[in-house]
Amino acid sequence: MNRLMNWRAPLLSLLVLLLTIGTWHALTLPKAAPQTVDAEYAALVGAAAATGQKSAFPTPADFGAKVWQHLKEPFYDRGSNDKGIGIQLGYSVVRVLTGYLLAALVAVPLGFLIGMSPTVYRALDPFIQVLKPISPLAWMPLALFTLKDSSISAIFVIFICSLWPMLINTAFGVASVRREWLNVARTLEVGPLRTAFRVILPAAAPTIMTGMRISIGIAWLVIVAAEMLVGGTGIGYFVWNEWNNLSITNILTAILAIGLVGMLLDLTLARLTRLVTFPE
Amino acid sequence: MNEPLIRVEGISKKFTGRDGTITTVFDDLHFAIEPGEFVCLIGHSGCGKTTILNVLSGLDQSSSGYVFVGGREVSGPSLDRAVIFQGHALMPWLTVMGNIAFAVSSRWPQWNKSKVRKHCQQYIDLVNLTGSEKKRPAELSGGMKQRVGIARALAIQPKMLLMDEPFSALDALTRGVLQEEVLRICAETRQTVFMITHDVDEAILLADKIILMTNGPRAKIAEIVVNTMPRSRTRHNLHKHPHYYRIRNHLIDFLVDRSKVFASDTPDYDPRHPPLVTPGPDPDEAVAAQMPKPALTGKPLAVVR
Repeated sequence: MNRLMNWRAPLLSLLVLLLTIGTWHALTLPKAAPQTVDAEYAALVGAAAATGQKSAFPTPADFGAKVWQHLKEPFYDRGSNDKGIGIQLGYSVVRVLTGYLLAALVAVPLGFLIGMSPTVYRALDPFIQVLKPISPLAWMPLALFTLKDSSISAIFVIFICSLWPMLINTAFGVASVRREWLNVARTLEVGPLRTAFRVILPAAAPTIMTGMRISIGIAWLVIVAAEMLVGGTGIGYFVWNEWNNLSITNILTAILAIGLVGMLLDLTLARLTRLVTFPE
Repeated sequence: MNEPLIRVEGISKKFTGRDGTITTVFDDLHFAIEPGEFVCLIGHSGCGKTTILNVLSGLDQSSSGYVFVGGREVSGPSLDRAVIFQGHALMPWLTVMGNIAFAVSSRWPQWNKSKVRKHCQQYIDLVNLTGSEKKRPAELSGGMKQRVGIARALAIQPKMLLMDEPFSALDALTRGVLQEEVLRICAETRQTVFMITHDVDEAILLADKIILMTNGPRAKIAEIVVNTMPRSRTRHNLHKHPHYYRIRNHLIDFLVDRSKVFASDTPDYDPRHPPLVTPGPDPDEAVAAQMPKPALTGKPLAVVR
């Protein structure tokens, strides 16, 4: 009985998937329509082209075939405009991780400082409040002008968008460490550095990791848009390139891949968060 | 004359409210704790019990007055005075061993890992937690957590143990067991203890002296009750001793009635020498009992009213 209950949710998921594919299939079926061109011309170009009924939107079967094709050969490289989806995703992941890790290097120590000192918190708060709501893409022109390199500019955009959630969460986590634990450290005459690393850091770690999880999500959202702007390589550029090629099938494949990689990144961070979280 | 381990001279605590009014929580407290003594502080909530303990530990500062430990003024927290917190205050990311080792390696930073572990194990065994070394606080019951707190405090071998209602969050059965263990441990280690409680029976069982606080604000030490029962008392034979009910009735009378009206009741009260009372012995023998035993007090005492 219990095992049946465990299977309910996956079965329902499967049903939803099948319904979606079924609807998709029904909507993309080629319709027979009256020919609008000369019969001889129609014979030459084929029925679908002549009636204009074969949409650029693929059927589930077309899509499946395309995905299979990409899976068979994800890392091919045939020049700057024809690279495998795996290579493009790789470029994007490297950019995201570089910007993200740089942001963590800045945000965690700075957040620590802000969280430890109410004065620093009050001094920096206005800047954070103004800078935080700025769309990371608004920085792009400024980055292109000052850094003079499109790839580094994309990394900068990732850096700036990952910064705020980590900074704010670190500061919050550090500021709200339970007084009792700090008092334990004080009565044991533990030095400030040892308190920071042995008490405050582990106590704030779950909150810091939550900030890092939010950041990686935002960074992965932003990289697609950033790469559409800077071009060259990456999954965002791939999507834009395929739009220019009018290959909806490839765009759909890329969308699926973006979703899967984003999910993997989030799962990794969730796993890491669980490693540092201890119930009281 | 020997200097007491702790001497408290005229401490008071004032808070300034949001509207600028100043509230005096407690005012002009004087008392002393001798080495090896177990002193309990009883009072209703709001008389600043926890603040007094925090001042003794150095975590908080009094608005006026001084606290001396071994003749030196307290200027901040120290490894000499270990605190057992009300809510155990264990770090959930550390194991039982880790929590105690954190304290031990803070006390003796030069010790290597195996020496620290050996020392910790000794105290884990002392509080009967052998076998739970690798557990994290979340896997322990409330009583076991508080045992870890006690082991952590004792492991740094402090001159003085400060306990802030250490058993108040425990159920009655666990509390009884832990009280006996504290009694045993203190007898074994001759530990000096200052404990806050609102449990009269706990105070009678554990304390050599019981400090009674009047109600706040402007709380004072009304009197210091000397526990005249032998130190060999246990939870089981306590109530059979002839002094037990007299001490208990005295404490309860105080908490129920006299703590409220103390100020108006006692015009000739001198805060520097709160009266030392011995309600335990039969009133006919009381004259003899007024002569305090040297083991309990080293200072000249105030006259019993």
